[in-house]
Amino acid sequence: MKAVVWHGTNDVRVERVPDPKILQPRDAIVQITSTAICGSDLHLLNGFIPTMQAGDILGHEFMGEVVEVGKGNAKLKVGDRVVVPFTICCGGCVFCEQQLWALCDNTNPNAWMAEKLYGYTTAGLFGYSHMTGGYAGGQAQFARVPFADVGPIKVPRGLSDEQLLFLSDILPTGFMAAENCDIQPGTIVAVWGCGPVGQMAIRSALLLGAERVLAIDSVPERLRMALLGGAVPIDFEKEDVFDRLRVETGGRGPDACIDAVGLEAHGATFDAYVDKAKTAAFLATDRPNALRQAIHACRKGGIVSIPGVYGGLLDKVPLGAAFQKGLTFRMGQTHVIRYLRPLLDRIERGEIDPSFVITHRLPIEEAPNAYKVFRDKRDGCIKVVLKPHGMTIH
Amino acid sequence: MTPEMNVAQVERWASALSGAAITVMALKRLKEERSAGGAALAAAGGALIYRSATGFCPVYAAAGINTAGGGHDTREALAGSAGARVVEAMTINRPAIELYRYWRRLVDLPRFMDHLVEIRVIDARRSHWVAKAPAGRTVEWDAEIFNEIPGELIAWRTLPGSAVTSAGSVSFKPVPGGRGTEVRITLQYDPPAGKVGATVAWLLGYDPSQTIHEDLRRFKRLMETGELPTIVGQPRGTR
Repeated sequence: MKAVVWHGTNDVRVERVPDPKILQPRDAIVQITSTAICGSDLHLLNGFIPTMQAGDILGHEFMGEVVEVGKGNAKLKVGDRVVVPFTICCGGCVFCEQQLWALCDNTNPNAWMAEKLYGYTTAGLFGYSHMTGGYAGGQAQFARVPFADVGPIKVPRGLSDEQLLFLSDILPTGFMAAENCDIQPGTIVAVWGCGPVGQMAIRSALLLGAERVLAIDSVPERLRMALLGGAVPIDFEKEDVFDRLRVETGGRGPDACIDAVGLEAHGATFDAYVDKAKTAAFLATDRPNALRQAIHACRKGGIVSIPGVYGGLLDKVPLGAAFQKGLTFRMGQTHVIRYLRPLLDRIERGEIDPSFVITHRLPIEEAPNAYKVFRDKRDGCIKVVLKPHGMTIH
Repeated sequence: MTPEMNVAQVERWASALSGAAITVMALKRLKEERSAGGAALAAAGGALIYRSATGFCPVYAAAGINTAGGGHDTREALAGSAGARVVEAMTINRPAIELYRYWRRLVDLPRFMDHLVEIRVIDARRSHWVAKAPAGRTVEWDAEIFNEIPGELIAWRTLPGSAVTSAGSVSFKPVPGGRGTEVRITLQYDPPAGKVGATVAWLLGYDPSQTIHEDLRRFKRLMETGELPTIVGQPRGTR
């Protein structure tokens, strides 16, 4: 089959690799009809995530049709149309039982690696380094889905791939970020980063009843999409973010701040340039510029919600401001499975159509170039969907 | 067997291997740093080689230990602070009685204990164990369960005359608040070169408590999910 393969920093290729096989009783094999490039895949492209190996198959946002089912899997049947969450979950550990799916104890074969780095292991992920299991990803024509009787959700035929695909990651991720803001009548939410997750967070926050959403970015088409989604756009290259947020909130500051940027923040402030120089020289692992600003701008007693990915050690995080203002932090990989059914219901009712974020639809052969266009935000690129079996299917 | 021999065969070749490794490491370190540690290591390496060649260990003699067989006794060999000790614990989301029953059958232990090849049950108390040894060899011994509380505890020890001297217990304790069952393993063993050997093994990157930790993790995963997560056999691109 064809697959998108990582070979090193800025080196992604499309190769022919063997088809996946059932390896364990609860596995299923999915023929992939649509798969997307995630903003977090750019962290892999840019070499920010350790324990990648040349030859690893990328991709963790995919859907398709079940073509083979393991003997121990009573839930799926050949022919089922499914969306596959990016977290792999066992369903039997205490964390899965408590719906803390991303913290699953049992699905990372390389648990010891995660324990060395983080103390305890979290769930295995598709196509996202060996520290999270080294599972072959879904930017391919087929994928093996382990513990496939837990994660994948069967979806109806009446909806298009484009409406459903983002249940795999960015829609639940943006939604959980908004849910973490404890939105009450009058709540004002500020969102740093208007990439795909930021866009989903903006619309989710409004759906959950936020009074207003203030959206911070510098890329014109992203700010325009945020505006269309109902947010107030703020260009951090043209104005002082803190001052604008303060004025917009009547001098109080946003009730909740969402950092939808994560470890590779770009910024126009002095600390952002220091961070960039330091990470380039390997003196720091992450660039927390957006997070700093969010902590600084947040109102007293407010919430900082972090869907943006962090992986290592942060330098100069203003914990003093966070402590003195009594902030609450909520973060982590998305507990995708918790949101699948409720969000599918909202899609079916027409409350949200996440396909608005797609700007590029390409055959899988175009992946290497698509990664670069997405990374450089060229050509108005916000979200790329790849078609592994040709452009006409679904 | 001469009266001067108090080290078992398995231990003798293990001593030879680790002795040689330490000596090489120590000489390298002496050359690079001229450190006191390097000199001490060289001495330890030399002692292990001596021990392997003669089958006599002065440390064992002083501690009253004899692993060479004959008067060998597990209780004696592992009395007080003798031998090395590993304690590991993991919480498993299954009822204690279920975990106990799986463990007590013994024959399924090799499914999650990587170094084991096979366990044969001899009678209600005794069993025969076959484990992997270096260079494709195996090492075998007999063990007995000398204490058990159904649903709570199993304690075992190797029988006199075994190539391996160890004693251990596993306990199953329910944790309040739906957190599952705490499984705790205590393992006391006489490592291939006594206490020096354990330190050496650690220096060489072999970590017994990590091994037990991984065994316990596999046990947890089998009990909670029925299978072990793997990526062995999945497709990948060219390296």
